[in-house]
Amino acid sequence: MTEFTPVAGLVGGLLIGLSAAMLLIFAGRIAGISGIVNGMFTRDRKEILWRGAFVVGLIIGPVIASNFNYSLPTNIEMTWPQVILGGIFVGLGTNLANGCTSGHGVCGIGRFSSRSIIATAIFMLVAMITVWLMRNGLGELL
Amino acid sequence: MKLLVYLLAGVIFGIGLTISQMVDPMKVLNFLSITESWDPSLAFVMVGAIGLFSISRIVFTKNNKVSIFGDVIGQKISSVIDKKLVVGSILFGVGWGITGLCPGPAVANISNLDPKILVFILVMIISMRISHRLK
Repeated sequence: MTEFTPVAGLVGGLLIGLSAAMLLIFAGRIAGISGIVNGMFTRDRKEILWRGAFVVGLIIGPVIASNFNYSLPTNIEMTWPQVILGGIFVGLGTNLANGCTSGHGVCGIGRFSSRSIIATAIFMLVAMITVWLMRNGLGELL
Repeated sequence: MKLLVYLLAGVIFGIGLTISQMVDPMKVLNFLSITESWDPSLAFVMVGAIGLFSISRIVFTKNNKVSIFGDVIGQKISSVIDKKLVVGSILFGVGWGITGLCPGPAVANISNLDPKILVFILVMIISMRISHRLK
C-alpha cells in the first residue's frame, strides 16, 4: 500500500509543468526525458551540453529535496529479470514512439497533440494491463 | 548562462518528481493498479503538470513567435500517427508496467546508486541506441 497524497502530487506536478514551461519559453524545446537522454549520444557539442546540464539538474534535484524531508525510495523491489526486461521495453518503446510520460504525457497533451494523446492512452492502458498480469501470476515467473 | 537555465529546469523537474513521489516505482505501480490497492495520487501530478504547462504555453506563444533564446517554438515536432507510435507505446507500456519506472524517474534516482536502477538505465540507453540505429 502507498498513502494517497493528492497535495504532494499536485505540487510536484506543478513543478514538473514549470520545468517543461521553462524549456519551451527559453529554448523552444520539449521536456521529454527519453528524447533528452537519447539525444546526448551525438558529436554535436551544443546538443550534448544542454542535455547534459538538464540531466545533471534532474539528478541533483532529488538530492536538494532530500534536505526538506522528501526522499528517494530505498527499497527497489524488483527482480533482475524485471530490471533487464523493463529496461529493454522502455528503451525500445520510447525510442520508437519518440516519447515517454514526460514528452507525450505532459508536453504533448499540453499542446493538445492528437499523436501524444493516442500514445499516452495506449501506454497507460497497456501498463495497467501489465501491472494486473504481474500481480496475478506473471510476477512469479519474472 | 543558457546552460544555467537548463540546469535549473532539470533541478525543478527532479524536485517535482521527488515531492510527488513519482520517483517511487511502488507508487507508480499502485497508480496503475486500479483493481487493487489503487493510489490515484499520480493523477494529480498529471493535472498539475499538464495544466501549468499548457497555460504557460498558450500565454507565451500568443505574444511570441520565438523563444527567449531565439529558437522557433515547436520545430521538428511530428504529428503523424503511424505504426511506430502505436507499437512503441505498447512496448513502453509493458516496460513501465513491469518495473514502475519510466525514463525521468529512473534518471532522478541515480544519486542513490542502487545497482538495479543503474542497470535499468544502462539497458534502457543501449536499447534506445539500438532502436535509433535500426529506424
